[in-house]
Order: sequence, then C-alpha cells, then structure tokens
Amino acid sequence: MSVSSFTSVLIWLPIAGAIAIWILPLSRYATGSLAVLISLAEVGVWIEQAARFDFNRTGLQFSQDAPWFKDLHVSYHVGEYGFSLWLVGLTVVAMAACIGYGFWVGRDRPRAYFGLMLFLTGATVGVFVAQDLLLFYAFFEAMLIPLYVLIGVWGGPGRLGATIKLLIYTMAGSLIMLAALIVYGLKVGTFDLVTGPTSASRWLFLGFMLAFVIKAPLFPFHGWLPDAYREAPPEVTAVLSGVIAKAGTYGMLRIAIAKFPEPAHYYRTLILAVAAAALVYGSLLAFRAPDFRGVVAYSSMAQSGLITLGLFSGTSLGYDGAVLQMIAHGLISVSLFLLAGTIERRTTTGQFALLGGMARGRPALATLLMTTGIIALAVPGSAAFAGEFLILAGSYQRAWWWAVIGAGGIVLAAMYMLRLISAVLHEARGSTVHDEALDLRTGELALLVPLVGVLLALSAWPAAISHHSFAGDAPAQIVQEQFR
Amino acid sequence: MITTPHVDWFAISTILVLLGASAIALLGAVLVPRPWRRPFAATVAGLGALGGIVTSVWLYVDSAGGHRVIADAFYRDRWTALAQVILCATALVTVLLSVEHIVRNDDEHVAEFFALLLASTAGMAFFVGAANLMTLFLSLEWFSIALYIMCAIDYDLEGSLEAGLKYLIVGSFGSAALLFGSALVYGATNHIGFVEIASAVGQHGLSGDLLLVLGLAMMLAGLSFKSSAAPFHMWTPDVYVGAPTPVTAFMSAATKVAALVLTMRVVQTAFPQEAHLWSWALAGIAVASLVIGNFAALVQRDVKRLLAYSSISHAGFMLIGLSVGTALGARALMYYLIPYSAMSFGAFAIVAVRERELGTRVTLENLAGFGWERPFLGVAMWFFAFGFAGLPLGGGFVGKFYVLSAAYDHGWTWLVIVGVLATLVSLYYYLGIVRAIYMRPSAELQVAPVSGGSPAREPFVHVAVGAALAVSVGSLFAVQPLITLAKHAASVLPF
Repeated sequence: MSVSSFTSVLIWLPIAGAIAIWILPLSRYATGSLAVLISLAEVGVWIEQAARFDFNRTGLQFSQDAPWFKDLHVSYHVGEYGFSLWLVGLTVVAMAACIGYGFWVGRDRPRAYFGLMLFLTGATVGVFVAQDLLLFYAFFEAMLIPLYVLIGVWGGPGRLGATIKLLIYTMAGSLIMLAALIVYGLKVGTFDLVTGPTSASRWLFLGFMLAFVIKAPLFPFHGWLPDAYREAPPEVTAVLSGVIAKAGTYGMLRIAIAKFPEPAHYYRTLILAVAAAALVYGSLLAFRAPDFRGVVAYSSMAQSGLITLGLFSGTSLGYDGAVLQMIAHGLISVSLFLLAGTIERRTTTGQFALLGGMARGRPALATLLMTTGIIALAVPGSAAFAGEFLILAGSYQRAWWWAVIGAGGIVLAAMYMLRLISAVLHEARGSTVHDEALDLRTGELALLVPLVGVLLALSAWPAAISHHSFAGDAPAQIVQEQFR
Repeated sequence: MITTPHVDWFAISTILVLLGASAIALLGAVLVPRPWRRPFAATVAGLGALGGIVTSVWLYVDSAGGHRVIADAFYRDRWTALAQVILCATALVTVLLSVEHIVRNDDEHVAEFFALLLASTAGMAFFVGAANLMTLFLSLEWFSIALYIMCAIDYDLEGSLEAGLKYLIVGSFGSAALLFGSALVYGATNHIGFVEIASAVGQHGLSGDLLLVLGLAMMLAGLSFKSSAAPFHMWTPDVYVGAPTPVTAFMSAATKVAALVLTMRVVQTAFPQEAHLWSWALAGIAVASLVIGNFAALVQRDVKRLLAYSSISHAGFMLIGLSVGTALGARALMYYLIPYSAMSFGAFAIVAVRERELGTRVTLENLAGFGWERPFLGVAMWFFAFGFAGLPLGGGFVGKFYVLSAAYDHGWTWLVIVGVLATLVSLYYYLGIVRAIYMRPSAELQVAPVSGGSPAREPFVHVAVGAALAVSVGSLFAVQPLITLAKHAASVLPF
C-alpha cells in the first residue's frame, strides 16, 4: 500500500466497515465493538498521515487521481492540503467519539445504526479530500443519506419534521450548486479542482455559496438548524454541528474563494455582513435559548459566522484563524453536545428550568463541562481564543468595524456560555436532578477526556494548526495561487 | 415477381431466441401437466431471456460498423444491441419476480403469462432496431398487444381487467396517432425507410413541409404515449396500479427503454433537418413530464401510483438527453436507462412483495416498519428511493448529471435549472418512501399481514432485487465502462 492511498483508505475503510456491519449478523456488542475499532483505526491512519505530512510543501499531498468518466473530464481525485488534513483529523476524532458514545448508550438496531455512522464518517472525510467538483458534490450529498436516517429513526419526537426540513433546505442549496458546477465544469473543460482555472462568473459563485451558507449555516439560511439539532440523537447533533457544518465553511475556502477570486472580492462586503449578522443574531438566540442544546446549536451558527468573517476578510491572519477556529469549535461543539447527551440521560431533559445544581457530587461532569465551556467562551489562552483573535486581527486589517462586531460576538459568547454553565451546574437544584443521577461513568470519561485533552493541547499550542495549514505559512498567497 | 431479400439471421437472433422460448412456453401451457407448468414455463422463459442477453451481447461485439439488414428493414448495430441487452435483462429479472408473484388460481394461464412476457420482449427487441415506418408500427403493435393481455391477465381482479382495457384503448389511440403520422410522412416523402426519408427531405427541400411536420408531430405523440411522457401519460398511473405488479415492474422499465431508444433513432435518422422543431417539442414534453410527474407524485399515498408518477418524471429527465440531439445527449440517455430500469424494476418488485404479504394495495401507511421486517428488501428500497432522487447511492446520480450536462452543452441552461428544481421537488416523495419504511413503527400499520408468522422466503425475488441493486449501485462506480458502451452504441446515429 503506497502512502498516497492513505486518503482513499480514510474514505473507504469506514464505508467497507459499514457494509460489513450491515451484512454480518453480529451481536449488539460485537457490532458496536467493530464500529469503534474501525473508527479508532481511522484515527490511527490519520495520525500516521499527519506524521508523514510535509507542512512546508505547497500543493496536494497523499493524492490519487484516476479517471471516473473521461468524456466529461470527471475524475476520482483525492488528496490533502494542510488545512484539509486538520479537518479530516477533526472528522475522524469526532466520529470516533460519537460512535463510542452510541456504543456506550447502546442504541437499538445496532447494525443499522453503526453502519450508518461509519458510512457518514467515510462520506465526510470524502468531502474534505475530494479534489474533483463532482466527487466533492457526491460526498457532500452522501453525507445527507445517513444523516436523514440517523435523525429520522433514532431522533426525538419531532424527528420527522426535522429531517424533512434538514434535507429540503440543504438539498435546495446543493442542487443549485450542482447546476453551478455543471456550468463551471463544462465551460472550463474540467471538473478538477486542482487544475481547473478560476472563474469570474458571479452567478456561479453565488450558486456555490448558497450551498455552503445553508450547510454552515448562516443567518438567514438556518431554518433547519434548531429542529435538527434538538431532535437528533446527541451524538448525531455533535457530528452535525462539529463536523458537517464545517463542510460549508471548508467549501467556501476551497471552492468559493479559491476558484472565484473576483466574485469573492465583489461580494465581500455582503458576505461579511451576512457573517456578522449570523454571529450577532446567533449569539443573541443562544443567549435566549431555554435549553442546553439550543444554546450550543445557535452558538454553532454564531461560530460559523465568525469563521466566515475570517475567511472572507481575505487576509492571512483571517485564513489562519478560520482554519484554527473550525477545528477548535468542531471539538468544542462535539464535546458540548456529548455532555448534553450525558446530562439528558441523567435528567431526561435539557431544559434549563428543570436543571441546576448538577456540580454537587458530580466533580467529573462539572470539571469537563466547565473546562469545555471556558474554552468555548474564548478565555485568553484557550484554543478558541487563539482562533477568534486571529480572525479579529484578520478582519481588522480589512476594516476596523468588522473587528468591533466580531469582538462584540465574543462578549456575547461569554454571556451565553456562562449562563449555560451556571444553569446546569450551579444555581438551585433542578426538579429533574436527583441524587441517583451519577457522575460521568468510565465509558463517558473515556470519550470526553481525550476530546477535552486535545482542546487543552491546542490551547497550549494553537500554532500546531494555525502555522501548519497553509504551506510556507503564507495563507493569502497560497489561496490566491489556488493551493497549487 | 417478388424477390426474397437476403436474411441476416444472426441480426435477428435475439428476437428469434425470445420467440422460440415463448413458443415452447406456450406449448407447455397445453402439454405440460398443470403442477409443472409454472416451473416449466418459468425455466424456459428464464433461459430464453438469458439466451437473448447472450445473442445481443454477441451482436454488440460483432456489429461495430452498423448497417441495415433484411431489405433495409432492420438495424444491425450497437444501438439496437445495447437496448436489447437491457430489455432482455429486464425480462430475465421479471421472470424471477413472476415465478413467485404471478398468483393465479390453480396456476391457470401461468405458462401463457411467461410466453407473453417473452413475446413482448421480442417485440421490443425488434422495435428498437426498426429501420422503416412499417417495421416500426408492426413491432409497436406486437409488443403492445402482448402487454395489453399481460395487464389484464389477472382477470379475476377488477383492477387488472380495467387496467388492461384502459391500456388497450389509450394505447390504441397512441398507435393510431403514430400510424397516421407515419402515413403523413410517407405521403410527404414517398419513402418509409428512415434514412430515405431524411435524404428525400434533403433532396426535395421538404423541410418545413406541412405534411411532414404534422406527421412528425403525430409520430412523436404516439411514441410519447409509449414512453409515458406528459401530456401523454394519463394512462400510466391507472394502468401501473391496476396491472399485476410484476407486469408493472416490467412495463415501467422495458417499455420506457424501447420507446426512448427508438424515439432517439427516429428523430436523428429520419428527421435531422427538423431538429430545430423536434428538439423544442421534446424539451417541452420533458418539462411537462418533470412538472406533472413530480407535482402529482407529491400527493400520492398509493406506492404504485407514486412510482408511476415518478416514472413519468424520469421520462422527462431522459427526454432532456433526447431533446438536445447531440452525441452527449444520446450517451446520457443510454447511460441513464441502465440504472433507471434497474431501480424502477427493483422498486416495483419490492412493492409486489409487500402487496402479497398484506393482500392489499400498498400505501405509504402500510409500508410502515417494512424496512425492519425485511432488512434486505428495505435496504434495497432505500437505495432505489435515494437513487431515484439523484442522491449518490446509485447510477441515477450520474445519469442526472449527464443529462443536465448534455442540456448545458447544448446551450440550454434553463433546462438545467428546470431539472434541478424538479429534483428538489421529487426529493419530498422519495424521502417519504424511506420515512415510511424505516421511521414509522409497524404499530401504525393498519392492515395485518394475511398469513401471520415470518414472511415467505421468496428466494427468486431476492435474487431479482439483488441484481437490480447491483446494477443500480454498480453503475455509479463503473461509469466509464458503461459510457464507453453507450458511446459506441450512439456512434451509429448521425450527429
């Protein structure tokens, strides 16, 4: 097996695992173990890949290129850049944690469930490594297939409405993107993202951006978000907000900005305004949300806005910060939603009115929630602070008022996160909180401690990502050269 | 004195094999003792369809150039051969499905059913190779009449008889339109051969001639009846619902293949000078099919009816490839037909299983819990529904990409937008199927299965659905080989 096939392994190993799980009549325990094992193997392959990655080299690494169908110049072209390596890492780590969580809580119909989770892993990795537009689109859509069933079968009482909304919203965006990519691909004669030239078409740019802002999501394209995040099982919400939403911001960086420099410049103010609106409005909604998941859900929208702000500031600092923030927020979001899941399992609810005082007698839960929350509100020294600071610095270089709005968003973040922490951990004991509700168990700690550990490590050394996302640490130039 | 033309027997070997098997099955209906009729006829039919696949593959390999045979009445080329492969494969899986699912009291007329199935396949195999207006109409009637009877074969069932009758009347209307159109074209050009028509139009400057245009329009209408494209679709939902489900499965896949493949041939070879007319006409029919098919499907509760409207909308998608009249469009059409026929057959086959299990019509409500009760069939339905919707779980995804690319390539960006919007609308009802089979507990089921206990084994259906699933998923990965086949097939059409 050559080194370059690592990328393909990361895509197809979990999909093959999914098929194996669907076919093999294994017991509940064996199915879960196999799935966890495969997801850990993914993490292992990724670590090996990261160790071999040459961060100083420009261009694609671990790439494979084979024709898919020649007459329209569509190919199976996969590979990684620095920033995609980190996003793939986020995906495999988050999926491993979420699959582990599913195993821990013992989801029923395990073969269907774990197969779908593995399928989702493969598809999501595919999005971040695809270097062909149609292949990217195929994976972008493929993510929805398992999500639809995962939410629709294992979700809460309002799941049917939530799934329809999620699918229709996101498909509306991606089908417009399909039209745009057909036009782009046939016009320039290739669907390859690496060799394909830039385009000055504003319509095409908007077609792609629509898909990405719905996926991210940004205000006012977030209609699917509250239902989906509340109704999905917690680990699926974690994936949705921590990883899948990043496909939207990744798409902006990889396709919208890199391939459409002129339109991106032309619409910069508009998109920055939308991003700022998402940041402020999302933060306000998060502050108003009556439940744990609502806060984290809307804060995800706010964070997507912040990341978009960084990306479309078009400065080196902004790009660096956006990539770092994608990873940091991905890990924060996964940890918080998994914590929400553990709390809902203990109290049957996420409503703040019914929660409170959970810190007493539950030190592990309190410590983990506190740590994650503090990182999430971007206290200086945390990974999120590093990301947000870079984004603010980057957007300040564009114009000072973007930085002011961004800073305002961070203040709001502190407000809603502290509100969440105190409503869950402190204050008077809620009516659903009983002494029988135990502290985090070993299995839960085994999932959450590594996640928080990674966050702390990133807090200690954010440059691990921000200096290793773009070759030569010159993001603006690399983006302008389309990563070649 | 009438001279006997030279007959290239090999060129029509697929048809001969199918007809031969059909005749043997029919003899079996009389000579074989009743308990053995079903296995006997099914075996013969299966072997016949298999033989048809073999000969048409052989023909494909051996007819690189492509020419007309038997007094220039029939095309021996790859376009014909590839369509024949698809048709025979559909017939083969239909045989597998019918073994367990054509239910007749005391197996009455069961052998006749298999004979008719092969006869209609033979008719379609002849239809796709027709080279003049005479063979065109002859083979159209040939397979249509067989289909009329197949729809009505379950004559104890009120719906089946009604479906047969409805199909007969509306179908005859379509045939009449086609025949009259052919007569007008003949009247205008004095020729019946497709190629001769084109050259006569060129020589005598007949382009735009009233008779010719009227004839073309009526021929297109007649053919659209067969491909069930809107606004010539009104028979489709009723007939699909009323006919025995294996027949519906066969019709939805095979008839569409035959009609669309032949339409492409006719407009390209006989009416190249009128391309500006028929491409707009077909684009209009495509848009109408997309709109009517998708919006009507949204409100259906009966799954067969829903799939019928979905087949109308897919006719619309494939007509996009047809209407642009380019080599890319022809490739797109031929490619699309492969996953489409697999998915369509498979979806109806699964409905047939559920229908038999419940003993009543399958609605979205009584599909509840199906995916958990029959895991394999449930997963297959999941794949087919998402594949229909153009999600990347099957070749339907690439098919849509291809036809939309062909539309853009032709300069019709508006058609790309229409196709994309139609896909978005279609998503709702395809997701509805998945929602019904997985997300609703079987407690919601209003009808209890007839026979209680574990479901019947039905190995043949599983093989048939498995084959359809393999083709539909395989065509997503093996795009290049299939496109190469389609490209060679389309190379015989003049572009």
